[in-house]
Amino acid sequence: MAKENLSVWTSIPFWRRSAAWVTGFASILLIWLTFDTMGQISMGTEADLAKGITKRVPAPTVINYHIDYKMSEKRGHEVPVIGKKQPFFGKEWSEKEAAALLHLGKLTSQAKNCMNCHTLLGNGAYYAPDLTKAWLDPAWQKSGAMQAMTGKNTVEEAMAEFLQHPSQYPTHARMMPNLDITAEEAKGLVAFLKHMSSIDTNGFPRNFSKTVDQFKNGGTNAH
Amino acid sequence: MLTSIKSNHLTSSGQRLGMMYFRVAIILFGAQLLMGLIAAIQFIYPAFLFELFDFSVARMVHINALVVWMLYAMIGATYYMLSDETEHEGVAIGLGKLAFWVLTLAVTIVVLVYIFIQIGPGKESTIWLINEGREYIEAPRWADIGIVVVVLIFYWNVFATYLAGKKTGIMTVMVANLLALAGLYLAGMFFTDNISMDQFWWWWVIHLWVEATWEVFVGTLAAYALIKIIGAKREVVEMWLWIEVLMLFGSGILGLGHHYFWIGTPEYWWEIGALFSALEPVPLIAMFVHVLYDWGKEQGINGEKPAINNGPAMAWLVTNAFGNFLGAGIWGFFHTLPQVNIYTHGTQFTAAHGHLSFFGAYATILIGTMYLGLQGAYGVKQMKATFNSKMGLFLSTFGVLGMGVALTIAGYEQVLVERAELGAGWNAFFVAQDLPWYVQAQLWRAIMGVVTLLGFVYLVLDLLTIGKKARAAEA
Repeated sequence: MAKENLSVWTSIPFWRRSAAWVTGFASILLIWLTFDTMGQISMGTEADLAKGITKRVPAPTVINYHIDYKMSEKRGHEVPVIGKKQPFFGKEWSEKEAAALLHLGKLTSQAKNCMNCHTLLGNGAYYAPDLTKAWLDPAWQKSGAMQAMTGKNTVEEAMAEFLQHPSQYPTHARMMPNLDITAEEAKGLVAFLKHMSSIDTNGFPRNFSKTVDQFKNGGTNAH
Repeated sequence: MLTSIKSNHLTSSGQRLGMMYFRVAIILFGAQLLMGLIAAIQFIYPAFLFELFDFSVARMVHINALVVWMLYAMIGATYYMLSDETEHEGVAIGLGKLAFWVLTLAVTIVVLVYIFIQIGPGKESTIWLINEGREYIEAPRWADIGIVVVVLIFYWNVFATYLAGKKTGIMTVMVANLLALAGLYLAGMFFTDNISMDQFWWWWVIHLWVEATWEVFVGTLAAYALIKIIGAKREVVEMWLWIEVLMLFGSGILGLGHHYFWIGTPEYWWEIGALFSALEPVPLIAMFVHVLYDWGKEQGINGEKPAINNGPAMAWLVTNAFGNFLGAGIWGFFHTLPQVNIYTHGTQFTAAHGHLSFFGAYATILIGTMYLGLQGAYGVKQMKATFNSKMGLFLSTFGVLGMGVALTIAGYEQVLVERAELGAGWNAFFVAQDLPWYVQAQLWRAIMGVVTLLGFVYLVLDLLTIGKKARAAEA
């Protein structure tokens, strides 16, 4: 250390200072971007929904609306489209009820460890289908295999029925195990899934469940 | 069983404490491999342990054992280096020992609850007592708080010893980096109904650990190991360490953006995440060059013969240099750009990268450090690789590489068929999972998993016996 350095490139103090500056600068930039992102991903309100203001993460009351996932020419990928009001489990949920239901659903998704088989927003394990847009999946719609199998008439009822008795409805050798999900918890989980499908994920997953025919028609198969 | 790893010849109580952490780390490493094997079998025979010990349970214990064994080995390595670098005994090693037993008891309870209770009702109490259901940081909240307390004791030990002893460049980086590493855990300790917000902060823990602070930790370990094993010059090693810190944090901190492409976060993360994460392999190339350059140019600089005084540790260190660059660097770069990642995100590609990088970047160097610890523990001047050391290194590396290749092929199938052809969704997922080549890849993954486990058996055998043998040879 006492030896004099011939070049700055082999000087420890130079690299130490540079490391400190670069780390500090990167950290400050990250914190600044984090503040901006926090604002953009905070949940919207019922007023936003009523006025048609688009939020990246809408209010829990989005469960009272029809949700679709459509190509946006402007953005070059699919975006969630929140449509007209639509009953959820046969009723319209107040702000308080919707928030409580979403809370129960999110909590249940963690308590039942969904993420260690499924992916949520693409993160988790790869043993079972991605749940990001599961609410919009053709399999759960009218004429879809899953809805038909449960004998229910709406997406939410079919999903709730399946979640309570998954191994009664086997489709493949790989099945979802029974996780002792109660009827209330199942409703919460479906609300959580419907809410997640309304999040603006910058077009992930791309061409969601597009079949060859729909590809030709230039639409998506969401519904 | 592992008490047959003696630490009689260590004069420092800090180093003995380090050895205690290494012993638990190895047991947890074994648990990780067994759980991985169960999960791999379930991919091929889904009925295996169905509704008894489901994939979600095996997978949760698999990745938790991974994180915890690595943290144990890191704490062990830190305690081992601490008294060596600072030339100070350690300020409160007695308290550190108490913290070790508290942590080990807590880990045991958490694992038993994972295995036997598994899940709970959708209530706050489940998150507090059973499991938090967030990948990698599933530990229930009570354990989170316990971990924070134990880590505070550990950190105080390191920091106060650093202040009281000699302040080398390596320890300066270590002390600063550990503060960030420990502090980041707090970002994962809250509940929110907003899944985007949830994952935003979740990545602060996961990414800023494995792609920033853990990598810097590896840099400090490599620096220390090069000085110990081949007698590299401290000035050279410490200069490289600062360059690595500069590049690792310069790319890794904002590289966090590559996890913010699709979770509800704004589009500007595409550019920021792509740019900085694409730079993340650069420091890994630097670390690779540094280790190999020093190996060639620095060994025996003090005129000592033979120059490498710990064969297995050096072999694992060089495997780390390759593995970190290959598994974290190349396999990470493969799918880090959003244009590619929109198709690969959430497929077996990620699993391939995960296996190669955790092994290449972390398992290798931590095992190498354990060999350094053994050398000290048995007071051996010259530790040569045995047949078992070579088999352990070769089989586990070959096994993990094989798993990585198999999962890459599985991921490729999945990307093309599930994502590109059919556009994700429930049906698309199952069509891809049933493709013959996908199934074949999963079979190879399981076979390579067995090879890895075999390597682990040799490794444990070696860790249990090499010290005694080397000691006998020198006597």
